[in-house]
Amino acid sequence: MSATFLGTPAFPTAARAALADTQLRRNLAHATGTIRGKRAAVVGEVAEWERLRLAGAALKDRTLRHLDTYLEQLEESLTRAGATVHWARDAAEANRVVADVAKAHGTDEVVKVKSMATAEIGLNEALAAEGITAWETDLAELIVQLGDDLPSHILVPAIHRNRSEVREIFLREMGRHGRPAPADLTDAPVELAAAARAHLREKFLRAKVAVSGANFAVAETGTLAVVESEGNGRMCLTLPEVLVSVVGIEKLVPTWADLDVFLQLLPRSSTGERMNPYTSTWTGVTPGDGPQEVHVVLLDNGRTNVLADEVGRQALRCIRCSACLNVCPVYERTGGHSYGSVYPGPIGAILTPMLRGVGADAQVDSLPYASSLCGACFEACPVRIDIPEVLVHLRSQVVDSHRGRPSVVGAAMKAASWTLSDARRTAAAERLSGVAGRVLDRVGRRAPGGRAVLGALPNPWSDARDTPAPAPESFRAWWARTDGGRS
Amino acid sequence: MSARAEILGRVRAALGDVPAAETPGDVAVDRPGPVPTTAAHVELFAERVADYQATVVRCTAPELGERLAEALRGLRVVVPPGLDPALVPDGALVDGATGVPAEDTTGAARGVLTAADLDAVDAVLTTAALGIAETGTIVLDHGAGQGRRALTLVPDTHVCVVRTAQVVADVPAAVAALDPTRPLTWISGPSATSDIELDRVEGVHGPRTLVVLLVD
Repeated sequence: MSATFLGTPAFPTAARAALADTQLRRNLAHATGTIRGKRAAVVGEVAEWERLRLAGAALKDRTLRHLDTYLEQLEESLTRAGATVHWARDAAEANRVVADVAKAHGTDEVVKVKSMATAEIGLNEALAAEGITAWETDLAELIVQLGDDLPSHILVPAIHRNRSEVREIFLREMGRHGRPAPADLTDAPVELAAAARAHLREKFLRAKVAVSGANFAVAETGTLAVVESEGNGRMCLTLPEVLVSVVGIEKLVPTWADLDVFLQLLPRSSTGERMNPYTSTWTGVTPGDGPQEVHVVLLDNGRTNVLADEVGRQALRCIRCSACLNVCPVYERTGGHSYGSVYPGPIGAILTPMLRGVGADAQVDSLPYASSLCGACFEACPVRIDIPEVLVHLRSQVVDSHRGRPSVVGAAMKAASWTLSDARRTAAAERLSGVAGRVLDRVGRRAPGGRAVLGALPNPWSDARDTPAPAPESFRAWWARTDGGRS
Repeated sequence: MSARAEILGRVRAALGDVPAAETPGDVAVDRPGPVPTTAAHVELFAERVADYQATVVRCTAPELGERLAEALRGLRVVVPPGLDPALVPDGALVDGATGVPAEDTTGAARGVLTAADLDAVDAVLTTAALGIAETGTIVLDHGAGQGRRALTLVPDTHVCVVRTAQVVADVPAAVAALDPTRPLTWISGPSATSDIELDRVEGVHGPRTLVVLLVD
């Protein structure tokens, strides 16, 4: 099962708490605003951007619609290239493979490249339970790990931390896990990065086993690709003897040539650059260069549920760029923790309910409602996932899962349906509402502009809206009285 | 049932709506066409590499030796096996080919260089497989003259010689020219992070200084 941040309440409650955190809101507004600007600039340079998006979506659809064929092809090419392929139905199986590989090499530590899939399966916790320490090497993941915290964004997981908090975390924690931070460490980002470099270097140079994910897995050739900025990926992928890569089954692309579409879409959409500093690709084992023992774990963990949902399947196109997070007005104000999952923001609001199933958990069921349906995410998505369409689809699933249980809305709908299905009852209701309307017209409240409105009603919808008072005369009554407006 | 069989079974069951007769090729994909490489792309490449705060040095072939000496002055250098001997600076360490220990330029054996050995070196000098103009990227395919991947990762300075004839227009052209069975490293500027408050900082892991010598 996917790791959810245990204890996170349903989204409206979590969001309300997050909204009160003005520092978080300031950090997020600055961060997302900056990335939006950068993304817009580099996307604007590409004349054929829309065509690329369409190609990316089509390639992913081609892969997903024939995923069994491509998975078998990938397994074959990986095996031919000297990699060992494992299949994991769920998190526990995947964690088991990694733990067994580490143990087989007699090591009690592994170094990790940032990988959402390994965060999803709770790998670090599972390894810790077996006495194996997993060192995060991505700077933001290191900050989160040392701070015993939770990630809040797909691409910049520590965005909820400002520089002075990072400095405090480094000073307090680095010494307990390796080389301590220099005592005169300031909060300048360049010094903080240097402290991370020094602290992690000894781990890179001594680690025997590395764990990574993969941004893409090419079925035709068995090539895996990792897209990164800092160089910690290159460190983990090339220095240790053993490499285990945990790859979600939706990460496949059909051929090597197809990869160029995604290598154009991803950097511009995620960090707003023409190209990220380092992209590494490798195919199995290369004698004399890098790990001589390579494992690939193909992970399901609920992805086949998403695949089975014809409307929701498009969520598996996701290349984890986080463009949707950065344009989302809701995410910008509430941050990632409110979503209670390693996948926050718009993509998280559709992926988490589909991976975990709808109808069993109030927190998960609240996620499809964590949206104003503005559609900015769909416009930003490099693979054209129609997130609003899937959100509405999931909302109907949530409602369906609660059908048959008594509810106020259900009772009100039933009463309305009874009244409106009969002409005389409807006419009677209209006469009554006309009476109320005439009374309120004389004694009721007015909204700015003069319209008569009702006072506070006991439902959340009217917390932020004025409910209009009924008309003094219904349309049908007016029509009858004036002979269709003629007199 | 094995995990493999169960997962494939679930995948097939999930795809019940896909017509049995449909092949992957039936899903239409329309991609932008290839862009031919022109002389202007060399200029663009130089510009875009410099955009990443890497140092770009343009020179002609006869000037290369001198420019290299300038770039590597005072630095302890390691070079990969198979690098053009004319480019190898005096006193440089030569990394061993697979299974062969490293030597220095006097030919004395030095043993296979460990990661710690590489850590003690200041700079690495290599050539490249190609350069991508649109994105200012150099790609190493770790063949002769480029070395195993650790070589260009651990030392703090990477000096890379790229011939103008190696520059291609864009990413699709690069992917078409590269061999996926080789390990590939795509390099666009020195290492960087924006993880702290989105403030971009250069030089985390990987070489903090990248010098590209663009030779006619």
